[in-house]
Amino acid sequence: MNFPILSSLILLPTVGALFLFFTKDKEGNNSTAKYVALFTTIVNFLISIYLWISFDQSTSNFQFVEDRTWIEGFINYKVGVDGISILFIILTTFITPLCIISVNNSVKNRLRDFLIAILIMESFMIGVFCALDLVVFYLFFEAGLIPMFLIIGIWGGPKRVYSAFKFFLYTLLGSVLMLVAIISIYWISGTTDVIQLYELGVDAKYQNLLWLAFFSSFAVKTPMWPVHTWLPDAHVEAPTAGSVLLAAILLKMAGYGFIRFSLGLFPVASEVFTPLIYTLSVIAIIFTSLIALMQEDMKKLIAYSSVAHMGFVTLGIFTLQQQGIEGSIIQMISHGLVSAALFLCVGVVYDRMHSRMINSYGGIVTIIPKYSILFMLFTLAALGLPGTSGFIGEFLILMGAFKDNFLVAVIASLGVILGAAYMLWLYKRVVFGKLVNEDLKKMFDLNRSEYLILFCLAVPTLFFGFYPDPLINTIEVSVTDLINMHNTNIASK
Amino acid sequence: MENLNLVLPEIFISLSIMFLLVLGVFKKNSSKITFNLSLFAILITAIITINETFSVSRETLFNESVVIDSMSSLMKIITLIGGFLVLVISSSYLKTFKIYNIEYPILILSSILGMMVMISSNDLIVFYMGLELQSLALYVLATYNRDQLKSSEAGLKYFVLSALSSGLLLYGCSLVYGFSGSTNFDVISNQLNSNEYVLTFGIVFILVGLAFKISAVPFHMWAPDVYEGSPTTVTLFFTMVPKIAALTVFIRFLYVPFLNLIDQWQMIIIFLSIASMVFGAVAAIGQTNIKRLIAYSSIGHIGYTLAGLATASNEGIQSSIIYISIYVVMNLALFSCLLMLRRKDQYYEDIEDLSGLSKNHPLLSLCLLVILFSLAGIPPLAGFFAKFYVFKAVLEQSMFFLAIVGLLSTVVAAFYYLRIIKIIYFDKEKDKYDTDHSLWLKFSLTVSTILILLYFIFPSQLIEVVSRINII
Repeated sequence: MNFPILSSLILLPTVGALFLFFTKDKEGNNSTAKYVALFTTIVNFLISIYLWISFDQSTSNFQFVEDRTWIEGFINYKVGVDGISILFIILTTFITPLCIISVNNSVKNRLRDFLIAILIMESFMIGVFCALDLVVFYLFFEAGLIPMFLIIGIWGGPKRVYSAFKFFLYTLLGSVLMLVAIISIYWISGTTDVIQLYELGVDAKYQNLLWLAFFSSFAVKTPMWPVHTWLPDAHVEAPTAGSVLLAAILLKMAGYGFIRFSLGLFPVASEVFTPLIYTLSVIAIIFTSLIALMQEDMKKLIAYSSVAHMGFVTLGIFTLQQQGIEGSIIQMISHGLVSAALFLCVGVVYDRMHSRMINSYGGIVTIIPKYSILFMLFTLAALGLPGTSGFIGEFLILMGAFKDNFLVAVIASLGVILGAAYMLWLYKRVVFGKLVNEDLKKMFDLNRSEYLILFCLAVPTLFFGFYPDPLINTIEVSVTDLINMHNTNIASK
Repeated sequence: MENLNLVLPEIFISLSIMFLLVLGVFKKNSSKITFNLSLFAILITAIITINETFSVSRETLFNESVVIDSMSSLMKIITLIGGFLVLVISSSYLKTFKIYNIEYPILILSSILGMMVMISSNDLIVFYMGLELQSLALYVLATYNRDQLKSSEAGLKYFVLSALSSGLLLYGCSLVYGFSGSTNFDVISNQLNSNEYVLTFGIVFILVGLAFKISAVPFHMWAPDVYEGSPTTVTLFFTMVPKIAALTVFIRFLYVPFLNLIDQWQMIIIFLSIASMVFGAVAAIGQTNIKRLIAYSSIGHIGYTLAGLATASNEGIQSSIIYISIYVVMNLALFSCLLMLRRKDQYYEDIEDLSGLSKNHPLLSLCLLVILFSLAGIPPLAGFFAKFYVFKAVLEQSMFFLAIVGLLSTVVAAFYYLRIIKIIYFDKEKDKYDTDHSLWLKFSLTVSTILILLYFIFPSQLIEVVSRINII
């Protein structure tokens, strides 16, 4: 247990990026850079799989903990994983290589710089999920803004500048309040170490304000209604790989933050604010589903569906039931896979036709059948068809919600129907129907790399849909302990 | 007999100035040798300062009118390093404008001498003497490119306004002297108590004078014009070195003679701080000239430094000093980039001139990216830690309003830094700039960028040095 496996997970992509930095930037298809980046991320994925195998599922204690003095007498560099965070790390290391394979077609200029940005982004994202110190967490959480800003701004679509600014400033605005809260926690409890804070607890009279400060940051990042407006813009303008990272992993940081910090550190305040979360989640589910119905841009539609799905996640987390929280985690993993796949699907047709508008497609099923089948699979997974991972998550969340609050659960269930409506309608308009646009006939079906990526995403989506035990076993003990800790805290206050 | 070793740096630098002046006057074409010798003089002074005074915890000299303590020696070293770097990267710029003369290094040396006297002062008169010495040198430096209208205008503006503020400061000093019967800071500290009504006026006048010197809002009006008009290397000097000295004096005034009057000045400092942070952030948005933009951004950064001072705690003072040290490094890096925007003997200063820089000059743009994100205070760069320490100190005193306003203004400020990044990275490229920069310029840019980028690996070292400063 001496080998710093988590730090090497965090550092390896950065080392790869440094290596890339010193290679020559060739114009056009820079295959060397791509292979270096791919190699780095695949090694990272293998390390994370090793981490999962050697992870002890029978305890909720943090494992692989590294603790080093960082700022004398103030902050320790502390990382570690438990059942909740390990899944997100694997999701990150799994999605990133797929992103790198996908840049083949979508990124034309400055490929090397793009890959550097993605690799550095991966470091920061893994860091967020490992951090066991609030300041370290904040550092990684915020630092991720820099590469993402550049990814949207340099390689994005026509309105990229506006979207990049909106993304950056929205997130920064939410986060600075969290910084105030983190420093205040240090001042109140004398430490920012998460494990110690779990034991000590935070003084109940400050919890409400602190909870709100953390909420402001996570709500923007989730994103929750009404601060979700940056997401559609960012998604639409970002290049495909950027959208994938954003949807699959960046949004999960907030959900993870809610579980780890809002629930773990402020149990009293979490009870107090549950109605607020319920209200906002339900509005997000219903309202954004309705908005999604009206979209004419495919990427925007999927972006709004992300907001709705994240509404389920926040709902599930704050049911404070075993099923609810487990469902939320599985929903996040599943959404990570499915939304990534959907954005890649949109990317596939966009690369061929350079249009994201739904009405410029229609009837492509006869032209590109393989694509249509995979797209169908992910559409069904997004609407939560039994047998896909989307179903497990939504089902568990709703089960938890029914235990806690009947009305909210009923309204949220309506959202499932709306979800089915907009996804199926999207699929119908794009894939079926009459072939009106003659240009579509020139489209060719999935090439090898696209096929590989979508296949890689389809396997876990189906596998965990039929057999979610590996996921549930990993998180079960941690979630149980989280809820027990929560309940004892509430009882003692 | 006084221990003159403690003021050896000042003595050495004065002798060097006189020697260089004589050398410059009597020897023809001596610009180059004067430059090199003055660099050498600064270096020696810095070494003497480290050797003689760095381990001294607190000593006073000349009837307690000069104080040598850990703050003064640290700030002197920063001042000297700043002066050295400014001088070393100036030469190619000055040669371009054909103002590569002996006066430049000598003026810089004299202003550094003035600042060193200011930093060590423990007496109103010594303080004022140092202040005037550095100001007079700075007036001339501002107009140094005298053939350019803007430079002359900048110098004149700076002179008139600065003289006014010096007058206010002197008036404040005389009021304080009137109440305490002494010019010595320690004696004043014991004599003053908050019952005296008119005394508040004295404090206010002094604070106004000092606020002018560090260009805190609402006494900032001169800064954008002077920064824009002065030669770029002089602007670099303005944004770094005098600020360090003035900040030290600020700390000294607040926490030695006025320590018992915290209730009187704390609100003033909080106001100055909030006003500077907010104004610096908002006013910079509309700027098109990089030097003007830097002027407003430096106003904002001074606001954060003052926030640390307003806490009336040792942590606050230390955080301010950390802030200004990191700020100096970031500023140096930024100006090094600015001095690299040269094409056929012409320097470019508009933000638009940076357009698409990343296509032709990827390394320079990368440095700018790091510097600008650091100035905006985004982790894990050094600028974030600077702000982090300040806000930690502020929140430890439960000053939530100050902290929240400060952090919100970082978001506004982030906007204009992002705007520059946008122009560099997202916009269409222009012609290439020259790349034959002097070795020193490249050196200062590389080192300062690496310091900013990798500060997070060893954050403790700076804190360790600064934590020796315990004023209260």
